[in-house]
Amino acid sequence: MVERDIELLECGHRACAGCGLAMAARLMLKAVGKDVIIVSATGCMEVFSTPYPETAWKVPWIHSLFENAAGVGSGIEASLRRQGRSEKVVIIGGDGATFDIGIQCISGAFERGHDITYICYDNEAYMNTGIQRSGATPYDASTTTSPAGKHSFGNTRPKKDLPAIMAAHGSPYVATATIAFPMDMMKKIERAVATKGPCYVQVHSPCATGWGFESDQTMTIGKLAVESGLWVNFEMVNGEVTRVKKVVRKPVEEYLITQKRFRHLFRPVRQEEEIAKIQAYADRNAEKFSLDIKQQKK
Amino acid sequence: MSKISFIQGNIACAEGALAAGCRFFGGYPITPSTEIAEHMAMKLPKVKGTFIQMEDEIGSIAAVIGAAWTGVRAMTATSGPGLSLMMENIGYAVMTETPLVIVDIQRGGPSTGQPTMASQGDMFQCRFGSHGDYSIIALSPATVQEMYEMTAEAFNLADRFRVPVFLMADEIIGHMREKMTLPDTVPVMPVRERTERSTLPFKAEKDGVPGFTPFGKGHHVHVTGLTHDERGYPSTTNPDVHERLVTRLVAKVESTRREIASYDVTNPEAETVFVSYGAPTRAVWQALHDLKDDTVGHFRLKMVWPFPDWVEELFPQAQAYIVPEMNLGLISRELERHVTIPVISVPRLGGALHEPEELIRAVEGAK
Repeated sequence: MVERDIELLECGHRACAGCGLAMAARLMLKAVGKDVIIVSATGCMEVFSTPYPETAWKVPWIHSLFENAAGVGSGIEASLRRQGRSEKVVIIGGDGATFDIGIQCISGAFERGHDITYICYDNEAYMNTGIQRSGATPYDASTTTSPAGKHSFGNTRPKKDLPAIMAAHGSPYVATATIAFPMDMMKKIERAVATKGPCYVQVHSPCATGWGFESDQTMTIGKLAVESGLWVNFEMVNGEVTRVKKVVRKPVEEYLITQKRFRHLFRPVRQEEEIAKIQAYADRNAEKFSLDIKQQKK
Repeated sequence: MSKISFIQGNIACAEGALAAGCRFFGGYPITPSTEIAEHMAMKLPKVKGTFIQMEDEIGSIAAVIGAAWTGVRAMTATSGPGLSLMMENIGYAVMTETPLVIVDIQRGGPSTGQPTMASQGDMFQCRFGSHGDYSIIALSPATVQEMYEMTAEAFNLADRFRVPVFLMADEIIGHMREKMTLPDTVPVMPVRERTERSTLPFKAEKDGVPGFTPFGKGHHVHVTGLTHDERGYPSTTNPDVHERLVTRLVAKVESTRREIASYDVTNPEAETVFVSYGAPTRAVWQALHDLKDDTVGHFRLKMVWPFPDWVEELFPQAQAYIVPEMNLGLISRELERHVTIPVISVPRLGGALHEPEELIRAVEGAK
């Protein structure tokens, strides 16, 4: 059961105001509980939550280098089980650690079938080193290594479909969630931890600094991502999509226009063609996951 | 017209690379080197170059190797943890004689260590980090100007010797902003090509280096990290082939160490001699300025590897060497191998630079 009153991530850490990751970590620990070992990859979460005396973690915690978290977690899990111990092993990593540098290690851990939960807090770029693109950066987002300008609209590739890749490993439970719907997110993490075998939860975590929005807008923007159809909240059990959050969809530009990383699509001139391409991504999501709620006439 | 500029060391490095004709950058963000990648991401497309952000440092150096074999000047930039991931491919680049440039903006290690603080802890790793016998070239800049010039020069050396060339900078030089002169042009060596027609793409010319035949330049090139003969084909059980190849890979660099060496000598008649490279050089300059003492000299390495092992010829009256380094004493050990008088290591860890007073005290202690 999600223990709402328990706080295992202390306040007073160094996250930016309005940080989606900090919310993700706090809520995640409420769902996981005390009986856990956290294995962390390198990233913003590691950096803002660990320097003494602002150390935030009230559970056992280990960090290795950037690409290794799933390997370290595999060793912990295998050895715990051999000793007859039942602590949960939760591995956390950002989208850079998960989509790019760590995927080899993660693939190995999932293929071997360790009883672990891997949680990707996805803020769609390398924020710790100053906002470089990652495999999770959406199409047309401007970052320091995919800068928008006269000859470029920013990131030239769509977001990698990592949940599908994890499901293809035979994972018994794969889910996507967002901090903007906290109860849904906690329930999914609770379910992942309770499911035997390697489970994957990808949590959309808006980043005020990297995406360029006011720090009181984190939840609003998280919700807009879902409502626009650019982020889909779903659950997959044994490779089959079992549940999808349906929405009354809004045009993608309502989401895009809130963030500096997409500003070049609207100023100095509106880039209709590019906005239409992004709308097409949302439309494809809507079709694939039957997202749209058919509005009934009263 | 050359231009006076006030820029960051990492930006100077990227500009130096562009001036030298670098047209490929494969990299991965890592503090304190990231500005180089960011600047290349901005600038390379404008000169019809390629910037690829890879998924990690293994991919980065691999992509640089691949690009080099298409005949372009290629580089990557990283810091300690990234350099550790690159080690396998660095050995591969040595074995396949792939010209490329690796910039290491050193930070405190081991492991994640101090991402935002300076160190010189990778000076042995760049030389000996991959397995097997080999040799590489490493330059060590102490100013923003040198970040520019040495990066450009690194490409010439890489092309000439067909080896990975390291620019071993550190967080201080990488992040420091200072005045520099951006020249109109930098010396760019023409691409080394085969001078004789032969069907042996790995047959060394007189200087021990085979002319480079990238893909599509008239040879059926077979590139492998296995021990190979002059045709480039694997020959892994013949002791002579292996010995001949690896001996040549080392000798092509080491036999020219006197010719390519790059250093500054101050007060050759000195009795006490500072030996420095990289950021601590700046503290030595200040100490020498404050001391105003002709009996104190300075041997300043611009090229650290191969190491100029004839130091004693340069300072015939030296009684002691003082080596300030931002590690627990690495190059001081290399120096010890080559001299007969005491070598005093002045180690510094943690990221703060030596203070000139500390070095002046070391001189007094050595007398």
